[in-house]
This record gives sequence, structure tokens and C-alpha cells, in this order.
Amino acid sequence: MSSTSNEVQHGPKPYWNPYLSGMGLGLVLLLSYVIMGRGLGASGAFSSLVATGVSAIAPEHAKANEFYNEYLADTTKSPLKDWLVFEVLGVLAGGFISGALAGRIKKTVEKGPHISVSGRLLYAFVGGAIMGIGAKLARGCTSGQALTGGAVLNVGSWAFILAVFGGAYMFAYFFRRQWR
Amino acid sequence: MNTPFFKYGLFGDDVSLVIAFVIGIGFGFFLERAGFGNGRKLAAQFYFNDLTVFKVMFTAIITAMVGIYYLSVIGWMDLSLVYLNPTYIVPQTIGGLLLGFGFVIGGYCPGTSCVSAVTGKIDGMVYLLGIVVGIFIFGEIFPLVSNFYNSTPMGQITLSQLFNIPYGILVFAVVMMAIGGFAAAEWAEKKLGNKIVEP
Repeated sequence: MSSTSNEVQHGPKPYWNPYLSGMGLGLVLLLSYVIMGRGLGASGAFSSLVATGVSAIAPEHAKANEFYNEYLADTTKSPLKDWLVFEVLGVLAGGFISGALAGRIKKTVEKGPHISVSGRLLYAFVGGAIMGIGAKLARGCTSGQALTGGAVLNVGSWAFILAVFGGAYMFAYFFRRQWR
Repeated sequence: MNTPFFKYGLFGDDVSLVIAFVIGIGFGFFLERAGFGNGRKLAAQFYFNDLTVFKVMFTAIITAMVGIYYLSVIGWMDLSLVYLNPTYIVPQTIGGLLLGFGFVIGGYCPGTSCVSAVTGKIDGMVYLLGIVVGIFIFGEIFPLVSNFYNSTPMGQITLSQLFNIPYGILVFAVVMMAIGGFAAAEWAEKKLGNKIVEP
């Protein structure tokens, strides 16, 4: 082990114990409820971004659409001056700080050994698009529905959690080549 | 002491944006610490190799759930002022299935892809682009799906109200189930795992 201990010091630090990092996440979520009366989120920030973009290119089209208009309704301020947008900017900063402190900032593509880089990137794009559609249909994603709604025992959130795990395990076999 | 502070007007909207940024930093920090910036580690969950996702998620849920419960019991938190996402059971279940599908294909969810992208993963950056395109597609087809989106409304409702189980007992039951789940996850990893993903 003495030969590897030197290596470990130079490489990225190992991830934290899952229960410890989970407790950290839970306390951040609790703090958000205590201070703001609301939990965490991520996909909502991207909706603000998309609505802003569509409105900039085709303002009439955006205004006529109920979904975009929900983010554009308050004309006194920019849809980007939004709680979730600033929270996600914080997520980007926090992720970078943690990664930098642990030596885990590295330009790379995460993939299994049996798929090409371009194949993996195509899957990442398609998966992201499906996730975007699913998150909007479910009125939230893993952060906004599962974590946030899960903690206050929201009915829709628990149905959502079961469906996410169910869907993932149902389809995992067909996409194993990408990861294993 | 009364919480949530914001609802009692302790500060305004501009300060709330600063708070949003600081809370986001905490969120992103712990997501990265858990290894959630790594798509391989997240996907390993679905092959029973590494059940970190389950352990982290449920530890976070029960930590916040127990905290909220006790703060409300001692009268420090007014639950009626806490936002509860309204339930639309069928579109939310179908949306959840789609999310699980997207998770297996893409390897991330919206929050984890932010952490992935910012730590240099190209697949995380491409995934973020995919989310934006997906939301755009949803926005464009919204007039066609809005009836389904608004179907099966149940209002703002908790499991405690739905099943008529006292709040405290339900909190206790969920904690017990989570601990049972953690024990099962540790057992499954020993039995089937040994392929824990390195940073």
C-alpha cells in the first residue's frame, strides 16, 4: 500500500462518504426551507433561460404560449432575475469550489469502455433532452420534486421518485453498453 | 422565533437572490462531494454496482424531513407557509418515468449536470445543452399537451393527508424504511458491487 499512498496524494481525493454528503445536502435543503419557505431546484432555472431566449427572438410567439408566458408574466423584471436562476449559479460555483479543492477539475468525457466519445456525447444530448421534457411534465426534477417535495412528504413528489427509479431500472439493461 | 423568515418579511426580493446564490453554493458543493459530477458513478446506481445515489438522496430527504418535522412541532416553523408543489398524479408519474429514461441514457439530472459541466466534463456540458433543447421542445408542444399536463389534479396534498396517517408516525415510518433501504444497499453492494467508481 505504501507505493499507492503516494499516488493517492497527487491524484484527485476520494469522494465523501455518501451518508455524510447526503446529510450535508439535507441540511442545505432544511436551511432553504427555514430561510425561504421553499426548497431547492434546477430545471426551473433552465425554463427561465429558454423562455427568455424565445421571447428575445420571437416575442409575440412567446407571449401567446402559456408555458413561456408563466416565466414572462411579470414584466417589471427580467425572468432571469429569479430565485432558481441565482440558486443554480450558486450550484455552478459550489460544484467548482468542491471540485477544485479535491483536485477533480479535469477536461474529460465520462463513459464506459465500450462506447466512442461521439456516441457518448450523442447519448448525453438525447438523455438531456428527454430529461428536460420529463422534468417539465412532472413540474420539477430530481432537485425540485424528489429532494424538495420528498422532504415535506408531497404526494406527487413520492409518486415521482418511484417513477424515476422505476423508469431507470426498466431501461438500464438496454443502455448498459454505454456504461459498463 | 418564526420561520420561514422570508414569509415573515425579514428581507426583500433582492436579498433573497443573494441567499439563493449562497444556498446554491452549498447544494453544488455537497453534490460534487458525493461524486454526483460523475456520470459513470450516477449510472452505476442502475446496475447495482454503486448505490451512492440512493444513499445520498434518501439521507438528504430524511435529514430535511426530520428537521422540518421537529421545527414545526416546537413551533418554530409554520408549515402552512411552506410551499408545496401541487400534485397532478398521472403527468407527474409519466414525467418521472421519462426522467428515469433520460437519466439512464444521459447519465445526469439537471442539478448534477451543472456540477459535472463546471468540473470539466464535456458530457455534462452537452447534457446541459440537451436539457435546454428538451425544455424548448416542451414549450413548443405545450399547446398540444396542456390538457394532459393539467389532468388528474389533487391540489397541494401530503402523504399524511392522503392516507390519513399522523405526520409524526409517517416521518418515523419513512426513516425506518430508509434505514432498511440503507442496510439492503450495503448488502447489495457487497454481494454484487466491487466496482465503485473512482473520482
